[in-house]
Amino acid sequence: MSAPAPITKLIALDDYIPVVGAAEIEEMRALARRLGGRTVKMVNSTAVGGGVAEILNRLVPLMGDAGVATRWEVITGGDDFFEVTKGFHNALHGVPYEPGPQVFEIFQLYQQQNLSQMSFEEDFVVIHDPQPIGLVAAREQRPGHWVWRCHIDVSKPQPQVWDFLLDYIKRYDAMMISSPSFTRPLPIPQYLFYPSIDPLAQKNQELEEEFIAQTLERFSIDPKRRILTQISRFDRLKDPVGVIKAYKLVRKYADCQLVLAGGGAQDDPEGGQVLAEVREAAGNNPDIHILELPPWSAMEINALQRASTILIQKSLQEGFGLTVTEGLWKKKPVVASAVGGIPLQVIHKLTGLLAHSVEGAAYQIRYLLSNPAIAQRLAENGHEHVKENFIITRNLKRYLLLFLSLSGAAQ
Amino acid sequence: MKQAKTPFQFMAASTLTRICGVQATNISELLEQLRRVSTDSVFNHTFQSLSAYHFLTEGFSNDFAQWALAACNAPQMAEQLAALDIRQYESVEDLRADLVQTLESFVAAEPQRAQQKAFEPFYFCEAVTVTVPTDWRAHNLREFCEALWHVSVHSIHYHFVSARLRGPQTNDFSAWMEHSLGLPELADRVEHIDIYTNTLERVRQLILDECIPWVES
Repeated sequence: MSAPAPITKLIALDDYIPVVGAAEIEEMRALARRLGGRTVKMVNSTAVGGGVAEILNRLVPLMGDAGVATRWEVITGGDDFFEVTKGFHNALHGVPYEPGPQVFEIFQLYQQQNLSQMSFEEDFVVIHDPQPIGLVAAREQRPGHWVWRCHIDVSKPQPQVWDFLLDYIKRYDAMMISSPSFTRPLPIPQYLFYPSIDPLAQKNQELEEEFIAQTLERFSIDPKRRILTQISRFDRLKDPVGVIKAYKLVRKYADCQLVLAGGGAQDDPEGGQVLAEVREAAGNNPDIHILELPPWSAMEINALQRASTILIQKSLQEGFGLTVTEGLWKKKPVVASAVGGIPLQVIHKLTGLLAHSVEGAAYQIRYLLSNPAIAQRLAENGHEHVKENFIITRNLKRYLLLFLSLSGAAQ
Repeated sequence: MKQAKTPFQFMAASTLTRICGVQATNISELLEQLRRVSTDSVFNHTFQSLSAYHFLTEGFSNDFAQWALAACNAPQMAEQLAALDIRQYESVEDLRADLVQTLESFVAAEPQRAQQKAFEPFYFCEAVTVTVPTDWRAHNLREFCEALWHVSVHSIHYHFVSARLRGPQTNDFSAWMEHSLGLPELADRVEHIDIYTNTLERVRQLILDECIPWVES
């Protein structure tokens, strides 16, 4: 049975005034007022864990505080359903996929099951990702605006899955996607909705210098020497071995340490293998710190980012790259690969530096180490860029604007 | 304190970005698509991009110029595209015509380079702008300064940068100062503040700097 999702901590829109300014919050309240009491329902497939749940956990109370009553519900399904949707997820990312004989039937069965247990009285229904996409069938019963928020890069999907989902997608009023490069031609309007970080969350909030110092001490990192850091899962697509190669090139010219910190090695068999490769590439170099962190390490990650001289994201493939967003928010100079959503954030030479190879990354890092004033300027621009585009209040504003636009109340 | 004939109502302008589903992979394609896309798209990549990157003074001032430089390695064309001052235009169609002419000249002069594949495509998007009145309304210059100090930079962009597209032959602030307050000299000084070499926050400060002596006099 579908259930209201738990909101773990109530936050208020006014809590963000020190971050974005009172004028911005006042504007959001004015936009919300124009919606004139219209209501919203958000639906996704998980209440905890994963980026979507993390965003909704903060966004839903903020929307309510702005004056738009918003309900968040989570669909249910058996292991067979989530196995199917995991396959869909990978197929939408372009991973080769052979659908089993009952895959589409299982998907439809659970859509029907959830439909029979849910009602949609709200003026706007926002469906997140493919798992609950079939709920759009309910729109036949009651007029309301239905939008699909796709958090996945669907630019090169496997056609069997895309064609199957397309029948549902066409029934929505609009789709929202994280980058213009993630999309495909569709008969419905598509809107740009960047993912966002929450500046007040543990991972991004300001920290006491003492906690940062303690964190460095705990991991035996020298606070007096410069630190290069990549935060990411131990996954080949994040190219941690490439980061070590780049570091070794940098180290010939500049004294610095490297921190590779992330999770994913314990619950992912490939993660363990990658971690072993990373350890082998690092050898016994005492300046390379490989930190396997548990999932509850938000504050430690925050501290490592804040203690760093330069943040690196040398991914070979990337979704949007929210670790880059986090780094820019903390006013850190970033050197990153030009893949996925990273170029939307790191505008070369304006908000950070882009690289296309190990050698390129090494050069850009050396350049920033040698030119701290330039590094500082890029970092400050990067912070402003995130404030303007990639924080949760901006996400809220986009929703308000979309609802106004769909309901004809925009002007 | 001199009272205005009509109060100045500060507006908040917010923008949603709609993806057009049209892209260009080289300069020739950019030219072709630029001829066809909606005025909302041309607005998005020129006026709106100045608002979106209001914190930058380095680099170029519109998306076309930035793409020409970063993705096509065409700095000369980038400079020419960037040199089109959006505050000189009273219609987006006029701006489009000049952008097209600039691109046409490049394509005619360097047809091979115009066909070279860009490092990344240019994705055309449209701006969907929603305006709402703020609580800030000024009846005199003192109230104007207080309001200007409080409103968002996007309000400043709306009134100071894109105002001409809505009718007055200057920005909204200068029009009000001249016609409602009877201060043509102040209006003229404010009109000449450079939006390209200053961030919008700095523009806010420069307008205040111009106004404060008149408040005190």
